[in-house]
Amino acid sequence: MKFFYTLIPLAPLFAAIAAGFFGKQLGRVNSHRVTIAGVGIAFLLSCIAFFKVVMGDAPVFNETIYTWMISGGIHFEIGFLVDNLTVLMMLVVTFVSLMVHIYTIGYMDEDPGYQRFFSYISLFTFSMLMLVMSNNFLQLFFGWEAVGLVSYLLIGFWFKKDTAIFANMKAFLVNRVGDFGFLLGIAGIVYYTNSLSYVDAFAAKDAIAGETMTILGNVEWQAITVICICLFIGAMGKSAQVPLHVWLPDSMEGPTPISALIHAATMVTAGIFMVTRMSPLFELSEAALSFVLIIGSITALFMGLVGIIQNDIKRVVAYSTLSQLGYMTVALGVSAYSAAIFHLMTHAFFKALLFLAAGSVIIALHHEQDIRKMGGLKKYMPITYWTSLIGSLALIGFPGFSGFFSKDIIIEAVHKSTIPGAGFAYICVLLGVFITAFYSFRMFFLVFHGKTRMDKHTAEHAHEPPRVVTWPLILLAIPSVIIGWMTAGNVVFGDFFKGIIEVTPPHDVIDRLGEYHGGLGFIMHGFQGPAVYLAAAGVICAYVFYLVSPGIPAMLDSKLGFFRRILENKYGFDDFNQAVFAGGSVKLGHKLWKSVDMGIIDGPLVNGSAKSVGLFAGFARFFQSGYLFHYAFAMIVGLLGMLTWFLFN
Amino acid sequence: MNFELFIFYIFAAILIFAASRVITVRNPVFAAMFLVLTFFTCAGIWMLLEAEFLAITLVLVYVGAVMVLFLFVVMMLDINIEPKREGFVSYLPVGLLVGAIMLLEMVFLITQRYFKNENFPIPARAGAEVSNTEQLGLLLYSEYLFQFEIAAIILLVAIVSAIALTMRRRPETKYQKPSEQISATKEKRLRIVQMPTEKR
Amino acid sequence: MISLSHYLTLGAILFCLSVVGIFLNRKNVIILLMSIELMLLAVNLNFVAFSHFLGDGAGQIFVFFILTVAAAEAAIGLAILVVLFRNRQTINVADLDELKG
Repeated sequence: MKFFYTLIPLAPLFAAIAAGFFGKQLGRVNSHRVTIAGVGIAFLLSCIAFFKVVMGDAPVFNETIYTWMISGGIHFEIGFLVDNLTVLMMLVVTFVSLMVHIYTIGYMDEDPGYQRFFSYISLFTFSMLMLVMSNNFLQLFFGWEAVGLVSYLLIGFWFKKDTAIFANMKAFLVNRVGDFGFLLGIAGIVYYTNSLSYVDAFAAKDAIAGETMTILGNVEWQAITVICICLFIGAMGKSAQVPLHVWLPDSMEGPTPISALIHAATMVTAGIFMVTRMSPLFELSEAALSFVLIIGSITALFMGLVGIIQNDIKRVVAYSTLSQLGYMTVALGVSAYSAAIFHLMTHAFFKALLFLAAGSVIIALHHEQDIRKMGGLKKYMPITYWTSLIGSLALIGFPGFSGFFSKDIIIEAVHKSTIPGAGFAYICVLLGVFITAFYSFRMFFLVFHGKTRMDKHTAEHAHEPPRVVTWPLILLAIPSVIIGWMTAGNVVFGDFFKGIIEVTPPHDVIDRLGEYHGGLGFIMHGFQGPAVYLAAAGVICAYVFYLVSPGIPAMLDSKLGFFRRILENKYGFDDFNQAVFAGGSVKLGHKLWKSVDMGIIDGPLVNGSAKSVGLFAGFARFFQSGYLFHYAFAMIVGLLGMLTWFLFN
Repeated sequence: MNFELFIFYIFAAILIFAASRVITVRNPVFAAMFLVLTFFTCAGIWMLLEAEFLAITLVLVYVGAVMVLFLFVVMMLDINIEPKREGFVSYLPVGLLVGAIMLLEMVFLITQRYFKNENFPIPARAGAEVSNTEQLGLLLYSEYLFQFEIAAIILLVAIVSAIALTMRRRPETKYQKPSEQISATKEKRLRIVQMPTEKR
Repeated sequence: MISLSHYLTLGAILFCLSVVGIFLNRKNVIILLMSIELMLLAVNLNFVAFSHFLGDGAGQIFVFFILTVAAAEAAIGLAILVVLFRNRQTINVADLDELKG
């Protein structure tokens, strides 16, 4: 079993090494063959693992593969924990990764860095698998950092572009801030349990719950709250919650396949996964849960609002991702962890689909990304059109599609929750439904319907991309439709996460949602809530604004231009970061250079010590008079001193 | 006050007087003379201490050799005496002060602190048969033989260095320098120049 | 009777006189050398006195060697002095300040 599980992350790693170091010798075709083989093996083995663990009777696998070192009683090791949650994540990761690998054959066809790209996305698959399969914080952190690194490499893939380099630095640095919080959280756990493994952390959770720690002088905090909030700060960085969300829209500088893989389906969900894994700890701290809830709801609503005015096709989907991540975080905050993971799964499929469809449009129009220059593409690209429609319907929560199940469960769970902040969160998620529908279909209508606004040359050459591009779209559309219907009952309401996710009874909102009466029952139930109607209203508004009377948006612009400017400015987060953190760091550096480096070290310490040697030497020169009797006198005075000392001793 | 003590005080007085004149007198020849007197008197005191051999050695070696050497040098160097007294008086108070302080401290330490008389009783007089020379000789050639040899080498070094420092050679004298003879090589003596053959 | 402290005091007086001599004599290197001989004499007196009162012959042996070394030192010192005079034509200590810092 050990070898079997070890092979799952190692196959993509070897493929990545082969394509990365020997890409030139292997050539383009062999590079993609070997990486697709690697990820394919990982996917296949993950399916087998899924069948064994979920359907079969295989016990939960929690073992150490390799002990790196033992220091101070703490074991630093590589180990795998394979339970239901892990296999679910493994399946999602490997499936989406495989789809993206196949898609990339078409998308990056003309790119000179072909082999490098495949190597990176395989490396990413390895890192993400290590992250989800880990059984201790060290490996979790390793996977965390590794996905951050590969994300950096991939965002800046076209490294000759200035904007790409800016974006990848931004992503890495903002992630670093999150990682700092994450490390503090891990340090807190090590402090109280002297161990890095999950098992020990969970065993000691009640002991930690009783402790308090003093931070910043005389403010006493519950230790568990501090640890959970620090861990969540890591999740905020990785899963792009406000205010550490600023990197995700800029990450669209990278090629579209990675936007689908990393910034929609897998890396950004690492934070959600981590909080779910740590549910036993989070359950003990209501303050931390409220914190998670508020941050999530702010992200869900306000990021969605920014998506309304975006004109780059990828940015719309990026803000949509931010908003949906907010939904997942909200679910975590109300202790509906299974709902969060469920939404994570469905979102992975339909968001990857939407990104890949956007990529398909982009390459069909020869790298045109502005939706104001598109339109009427329905007749040119039917497959892309229909799969996009399916993805958008899933996103807005059209009854029956997978997104409907996951989103509605979350909205209902928030409604039933009683922790502080739940009311605010409910309003946010409901409004978010309307806004999601509005911007999704705004984009859909502007791209695929209406008059063609492209120039003649591009319009003539627009055609459906090759099959390697369209097949992944189809393969991703299928789960976007059916997975919700098929698995909602088991995953969310059933015993799927028993023993993995712990919820204390006061927080158990899933329980309060009542019995699950199958898919059809849930759809009927959905018509009784406001969400469906809000979604419909959003679609109708988008239809009216952009297809029927396109003059309305312009009129609203002139009247409410103020709001538009705030949204265009992304609430000033970027300006703030640039001015305060970036500018502040530069100023601090400048100041340190002037006053410390030049003023203290160069001046007094370096030059000063040299000068003082000179001064001292000048002073000492007087004693070297060259006269014998002066020296003799000095000796005699010394002798006198010694005698005096003898006298008084 | 018995005879010994009396003699001791007389010798001590002469010693101190001579020593002080050594340092205060103008003419270096006189200073050398006073130093000779000092040594003689000191030899007398050593006789009181039953160190006859050393007393005689002091006179023979020190006065006979070293002081004569001093006198040679003093008379050889053509020194202008006169301008040598500048500054003597101005430094006198400080010098006397330093010397006085040192003396007081030393005497205090010696007599009160460290070498009290009670710990060092006056030994009985050895008789006339006991020969200081014999005693010294027995010690010197048995226990301190190595040091004796070293002392001989020191004297050899002194001779060599004194000659090496002061010897002057006359430039016209011709003599062989063996070190240069040995270090001559064929390249230094003969230089071969390549020349093409020419027709006459 | 003559006790140890008599001799030691006498030695101390001689020593201090020589120190004063070094200090006072700024002009004449020869007097400087003579003061040094005085210093050695004082030390010798100390050694002989102790040798007598402790009954140990080592003190006198030591004086023997000090005499040897003093003679050697006087010889070399005077040789240096002669060479110095040859080159500088002066034995004024105040003129010998080549090693001034």
